[in-house]
Amino acid sequence: MNFEFLNDPAGFGLSEGWLQIAFDSPYWHVLLAGLLNTLKVALPALIISTLLGLFIGLGQLVRHPLLRALCKGYVNLFRNVPLLLQLLAIYFAITQFFPIASQAWSLGDSFFFSKSGLAMPAWGGDTPVRGRFSIEGGWVLSPEYLAVLLALVVYTAAFIAEVVRAGIQAVKPGMRQGALALGLNNSQVNRHVVLPLALRVMVPSLSNQYLNLLKNASLGVAVGYPELVSVANTAINQSGKAVECVLIILVTYALLSAVASGLMNLLNTRVNRGAL
Amino acid sequence: MKGFRSIAMFVCGFVLLGTANAGAVLDAVKKRDAVRCGVSSGVAGFSSLGSDGQWRGLDVAVCRAVAAAVLGSAKKVEFTPLSSQQRFAALQAGQIDILSRNTTWTLSRDAGLNAHFTAITYYDGQGILMHKRFGVKSAKELNGAEICVQSGTTNEKNLSTYLGTQGIKAKAIVYDNFEAAYKAFFSGRCQAFSTDVSALIGLKTSQSGQPDDYVVLPEIFSKEPLGPAVQRGDDEFFAIVKWVVFAMIEAEELGVGKENLEQAMAGKNPAVQRLLGGAEDLGKPLGLPKDWVVKVLQQVGNYGEVFDANLGKQSPLKLERGLNALWTQGGLMYAPPLR
Amino acid sequence: MNRILWVVLPVLLAPLVWALLDWAVFNAVFVPNLQACQQAAGQGACWGVVAEKWRVILFGRYPLEEQWRAGIVLVLWSVLLFATAARVFKARHGFMAWSLVLPASAVLLATGAPTNLWGGLPLTLILSTVGFGLAFPLAVLLALGRQSSNTWVRSVCTAYIELLRALPLVTVLFLAAFVLPLWLPTGVLGEGLDLFTRVLLTIALFSAAYLAEVLRGGLQAVPQGQGMAAKALGLNAFQRNMLVVLPQAIRACLPSLTNSFVTLFKECSLVSIVALFELTGALSLALAGDVLWRSFYLEGYLFIGLVYWAYCFGLSKTVK
Repeated sequence: MNFEFLNDPAGFGLSEGWLQIAFDSPYWHVLLAGLLNTLKVALPALIISTLLGLFIGLGQLVRHPLLRALCKGYVNLFRNVPLLLQLLAIYFAITQFFPIASQAWSLGDSFFFSKSGLAMPAWGGDTPVRGRFSIEGGWVLSPEYLAVLLALVVYTAAFIAEVVRAGIQAVKPGMRQGALALGLNNSQVNRHVVLPLALRVMVPSLSNQYLNLLKNASLGVAVGYPELVSVANTAINQSGKAVECVLIILVTYALLSAVASGLMNLLNTRVNRGAL
Repeated sequence: MKGFRSIAMFVCGFVLLGTANAGAVLDAVKKRDAVRCGVSSGVAGFSSLGSDGQWRGLDVAVCRAVAAAVLGSAKKVEFTPLSSQQRFAALQAGQIDILSRNTTWTLSRDAGLNAHFTAITYYDGQGILMHKRFGVKSAKELNGAEICVQSGTTNEKNLSTYLGTQGIKAKAIVYDNFEAAYKAFFSGRCQAFSTDVSALIGLKTSQSGQPDDYVVLPEIFSKEPLGPAVQRGDDEFFAIVKWVVFAMIEAEELGVGKENLEQAMAGKNPAVQRLLGGAEDLGKPLGLPKDWVVKVLQQVGNYGEVFDANLGKQSPLKLERGLNALWTQGGLMYAPPLR
Repeated sequence: MNRILWVVLPVLLAPLVWALLDWAVFNAVFVPNLQACQQAAGQGACWGVVAEKWRVILFGRYPLEEQWRAGIVLVLWSVLLFATAARVFKARHGFMAWSLVLPASAVLLATGAPTNLWGGLPLTLILSTVGFGLAFPLAVLLALGRQSSNTWVRSVCTAYIELLRALPLVTVLFLAAFVLPLWLPTGVLGEGLDLFTRVLLTIALFSAAYLAEVLRGGLQAVPQGQGMAAKALGLNAFQRNMLVVLPQAIRACLPSLTNSFVTLFKECSLVSIVALFELTGALSLALAGDVLWRSFYLEGYLFIGLVYWAYCFGLSKTVK
């Protein structure tokens, strides 16, 4: 087992990513690009799924029966279907039902939806335009990226919704009533009493869900999104160094999980400040 | 004296170990009474599973020929469909005996991946496939296009080199596996697809639904010699696979095939007689029965017949022999003499 | 706010629901007729693709003539699984039932086809159930080991649990698919372990880490007095754990155990990535190669989504 191959030119490229890969980029460079791609999809997914999960979790607790039923239905549906299946179905929907690039749907003149993904103006002012074959320029989110992002968001939000619901329901009604009796109005009660107490219950479970999301990002390999596992897979095929590459994936994910757990532990401590 | 004895034991052990190694695959094949053949999960003309459960194709025929030569029956083959990622790992791990999966013979694979390429069964090149709707007549017009290609293959590298040297600003969209790559092309995700020309034509015919709407661009930009590979370490098996392929080519050169086997056996041509095991025993040096070529031709056929049935006139692909014609007819198929 | 919602929501939802019903039921094609499906494309679902391809979807590459075996295994295991989860039997009877069914099914399936051809829903059931069954004893050992007073045992168990929980299942499956064959060369165990067995063992080893954590919660719920009283009665460590502590711990965390099983059931879909054709992979087998029926992939996805949902929702409903 030797890791010297990491300095050899990889000989394959990636379709997308923050790092530019040339054919003579060394393996370690390409693997790093894969890792960055994992983060590129996982971090936005974390944020969006938390927001969506919060909304749906709260939605399960409102008095309006239709909204409550819808949110419960969402949770029951997306928690009980495997993520891989959701991912493949979303990817299929994008590549099947969106138009081809030369006939893209456009929102205004700067946003283009097509099978080649979502093209939008880049920060530097580079706006996408229709070319002979596809949309040229701008900042493009590939359909693979969109599929992984959407699937992660939809799946994790269902679990986060449950965590939110359980957290809020865990707050003893006595706390609420006591606060109301003290003269606080509804929104003050929610912000200063219910939320902090609910957070204490939610944070450990939330951290679990975040770790799961990080691990689930590895499913990008199934649709060809070049995240770490997918890139390492190709590297194994190219270099023949199966043991070394698998070890690299294992160590990287262990480190990622450790960092994420550490951060969530810090959050946990903060949330439990002043707890008895 | 003690030193001499231990050296002698060491040498003997080494020799025994050596002989034990040479032939490990062949022995296992004979014991198992089946050849394990690694094929693709469906490349028209080379290896594909028909709805009757039978495997067909050029690569499949090579494996069947080896089984006919070694075990006497072309039916004694176990097929394992493999993705490009798995193919070399499967060979290295000894899960298959022959990798017959339209795999290109390159230095890094031959030397680096413990694969031993035996002979070339198809001289191919890489090209680009496009839908006619774009009206593209040459690859040089592809600026701004997206080309689907499988990552980690010679295809990807060749395409990138070609685009770079020709100054064509097209984007390569890479996919882990072949199926995902061509599905993305046919669904419209990319405007073009690049792989070996034989595979392009096979896909156009079998996967598109409307083969006439697609065109292979005229530029061919790489050498893709395809052939079966075996694991390093068994020289006997390596020789057998190699010479089975050569025998099929030589048989076509001599005009002997499945169709006229009876007449050829009864004939007087000394070269033909030698090939069919009449005069010389060509099987003994390889460890095969004397009539191994007869079995191969009877049950599988010569190279020309196999080509026609799977890739040429009698197949949906209708590929020209081109580089794959015999050397006597302007092609590259040249078998060393079987004597 | 409530009143606004009462008006806005139904107005938004009604056309969606109507369009969905229209597509899925009223205009849908239920017969395996390709022309009818192509005509209805866009307006009606083509459930005919399921009628046409259900055998490959449900059973993968298992040979057609022998699929009755896979069918028996499918029905038997599904019934047994739901019965066990709903705790219809007592533990002892359940154990006996599974110990009879398991080897019998293995023989039944193996005589029909070698393991590399097993696939579809029976494969999902086998991998998840047998994987869970194999993981459980290991998880018990790990959970007990994590509480042990012996530092070495405790650190090994903790390391194992923490490491495997930090890794995605995909990467561990890659280990099984690519690395293990190199470490166990073909000479070692006859022809080497086949992919199915390797994946099964990997799933078991992987789940054991998660189960150990669940059991830890259960063990912590057992009052310390129980263990001490058992010790006072003269029971040794093995008897103490098997007869007193564990039964109570397991009873305490049964809902979480069922949840873990449901998660495992869903995770088994990942074996499609390493070329074992369980339900998700079997769908691609059925449709990917077929140019004619391939446009109706969506209906295929919906069908297997429904199958998974039925199992997972049903099993999680037994948790009361």
